[in-house]
Amino acid sequence: MATLKDLSTRHEPLTGGHRLCPGCGASIVARQILLASKDPVVVVCATGCLEVSTTIFPFTAWTVPYLHNAFENAAATLSGVEACYQAFKKQGKIDKQIQFVAFGGDGGTYDIGLQSLSGAMERGHDLLYVCYNNEAYMNTGVQRSGATPKGANTSTEPVGKVKQGKVEWRKDLTEIMVAHGIPYVAQSVVGNWADLTRKAEKAFSIRGPKFINVLQPCRLGWGYKPEDTCVLGRLAVETCFWPIYEVENGVYKINSKPKEKKPVVEYLKTQDRFRHLFKPGNEHLLEEIQKGTDERWEKLLAKEGGSKA
Amino acid sequence: MAKIVAKTGNEAMAEAMRQINPDVVAAYPITPATEIVMIFAQFVADGLVDTQYVAVESEHSAMSACVGASAAGGRVMTGTSSQGLALMYEILPIAAALRLPIVMCDVNRAISGPINIHCDHSDTMAARDFGWIQIFSENSQEAYDSLLQAIRIAEDPRVHLPTMIMTDGFIISHCLDKIEILEDAEVKDFVGKERKSAVSLLDLNKPVSIGSLDLQDYYFEHRLQVAQAMKDSKKVILEIAEEFGKKFGRKYGLFEEYKTADAEYIIVALGSTCGTAKMVVDEMRDGGIKAGLLKIRVFRPFPAEEISQVLSKAKAVAVLDRSDSWSAQGGQVFTEIRSALFDLKAKPRLINYIYGLGGREITLDHLRSVYSALQKAESQPLVQYLGVRE
Amino acid sequence: MSEPKPGWKKLNEGDVLPAGTAEKFETGDWRSERPTWHPERCIQCLFCWIYCPDSSILVKDQKMTGIDYQHCKGCGICARECPVKPEKAITMGPERE
Repeated sequence: MATLKDLSTRHEPLTGGHRLCPGCGASIVARQILLASKDPVVVVCATGCLEVSTTIFPFTAWTVPYLHNAFENAAATLSGVEACYQAFKKQGKIDKQIQFVAFGGDGGTYDIGLQSLSGAMERGHDLLYVCYNNEAYMNTGVQRSGATPKGANTSTEPVGKVKQGKVEWRKDLTEIMVAHGIPYVAQSVVGNWADLTRKAEKAFSIRGPKFINVLQPCRLGWGYKPEDTCVLGRLAVETCFWPIYEVENGVYKINSKPKEKKPVVEYLKTQDRFRHLFKPGNEHLLEEIQKGTDERWEKLLAKEGGSKA
Repeated sequence: MAKIVAKTGNEAMAEAMRQINPDVVAAYPITPATEIVMIFAQFVADGLVDTQYVAVESEHSAMSACVGASAAGGRVMTGTSSQGLALMYEILPIAAALRLPIVMCDVNRAISGPINIHCDHSDTMAARDFGWIQIFSENSQEAYDSLLQAIRIAEDPRVHLPTMIMTDGFIISHCLDKIEILEDAEVKDFVGKERKSAVSLLDLNKPVSIGSLDLQDYYFEHRLQVAQAMKDSKKVILEIAEEFGKKFGRKYGLFEEYKTADAEYIIVALGSTCGTAKMVVDEMRDGGIKAGLLKIRVFRPFPAEEISQVLSKAKAVAVLDRSDSWSAQGGQVFTEIRSALFDLKAKPRLINYIYGLGGREITLDHLRSVYSALQKAESQPLVQYLGVRE
Repeated sequence: MSEPKPGWKKLNEGDVLPAGTAEKFETGDWRSERPTWHPERCIQCLFCWIYCPDSSILVKDQKMTGIDYQHCKGCGICARECPVKPEKAITMGPERE
């Protein structure tokens, strides 16, 4: 696995001068994923925070080949790029190994982008899809997505007089990807550079479709001080709210099993989007969220146990 | 040596695609275009082409993958109809804005609803504002020939616009006709061995960002570039047609004038209806009526000046639209021709017939009735529906 | 930016930009707090570099050499992630006194 010193000698994929919020985790994801590649990369980005803020004409922060098409089709678009690469390779026009990487937010991946992602994974293209998951449609003002966790306050499922934020549990897209039977699926987080870069390296070493779902704290949408982006990512792992794990050819490996599982409230209390859960009368919601988190964690442990060869 | 074969419209287009041998085809099935990509998939399976075939999971993904592949510098083709084209609508203007020379076969089929799998032009008419070059075919031969020319038109550096070639669903797509196919080598020579793209995602020496956000200060300028390219494409379309004519003997232009030079009564139409109309023109002529037909081949860019010149001396003109624009003022072709004629000092009486929606047949009798009506054009309503039950 | 913006004839065709032009765009003026690097305390772990969202930690020959104040937005992640104890090698202070 590459050390930070190794990584620091690689080609910087993003310049400064983009317009992401101070403390934004999305560019941290993009940098860490792309730095992990020894080969040249080509990037397709779905419409969203990362895309909009890094490419306001005539300024682009990307130093690698980059394409933006539309919102829901990063995977389909990248499929086309990769197909052309395969065609050119067969024709002898290219012989280099190029890594193809799609970036999509949870909006453009869990919801509107799910079909195009599923199709690309099923077709077996040699590409890596990275979801920078900040758990809402952040770029357009924090609207709820299928990735938004239960109880979170968003602008389309807000806290009000009769409702207390999102009622539904979040979709488990990582497991949906595992069910596609692709060679590599992983869940990672902003705040653990070693985990994220190792997983990206692993993905880049595999020829075929790969998917990494990265929890990306968003200071604006979640409501916390910008300096805490990495701290919150790690806290999500320590509370088992967002387990980091990988599934390689169907074999599960959980990468962090907190010895003392912190209660979920330790994580929830740090963010404005969960503040209402601490009002009197909402205790049952906190209990439900802890219970749900525990159940998912147990299920994941069981999957790991059941998948050993 | 070119050879004469029997092919349906779909088979002819698939054959042209085989000879073009594009780098990537990303396609999804939809009636009545399915066969084009099915036949092509068989070519792939038999090793007759080098194409990377991407069997996408929807037409939206088909056009998205085409954009990706074309941005990567590839020569890219696809085919669809109706709802499939509709599902692509989001991406079509992006393809034009990014100046990608994607070439698509659209087999004209009615847009739902109600759902109908038969021929009318509503699918591509609704797509006329997206910046794609649009060329209609009367028959399989034209479809084959135009598809070959489309590669050259789209890839011309003065153009760099995606291009769609139309055939009438079922009427031409599934109708066996006699056509002349060129030699593989002749096609390769005409379209060029490969696309020469100045900008490509796979050019690692010149990394680029394609598809940035434009704020209010740049969008307009980028759009004007597309407008200019569309203007400039007219000349290129004619140049390529001339080259094709010289090499292979079949002449093409922006439209076909059938006995219009001295015509008093002209029908304007697109697609297969023109074949039927030519028969009626001849019949009228035999009966002493100075009838003529203007068959529009290139609809985008719209050859307004040239069409006005053809129509200006006629007494009365009927524009046949195989789609309605729901403007309550007539169909799309009618509206554009009316606009083209507006500044003429002397202009014909111009009336509109909307016909053939959802595959409703247009017969010799229908067209005869149009020529009769043209002879009393002043008394005709502006817009009529031809062939519908009251 | 006082240069007049290019007209449609001068722009590249097709919404294409050469890579990395955002380097010229200054975001340093967003700061209300600024990081200060204390090289004497720095253990060269490079955590600040890998976690900076704005690629504003300068590195050369596998070592951190400073901060790009033209682009640094003052988010404080570098200071927060700096593991050095008891005093960090990067500290945040007000941008203006």
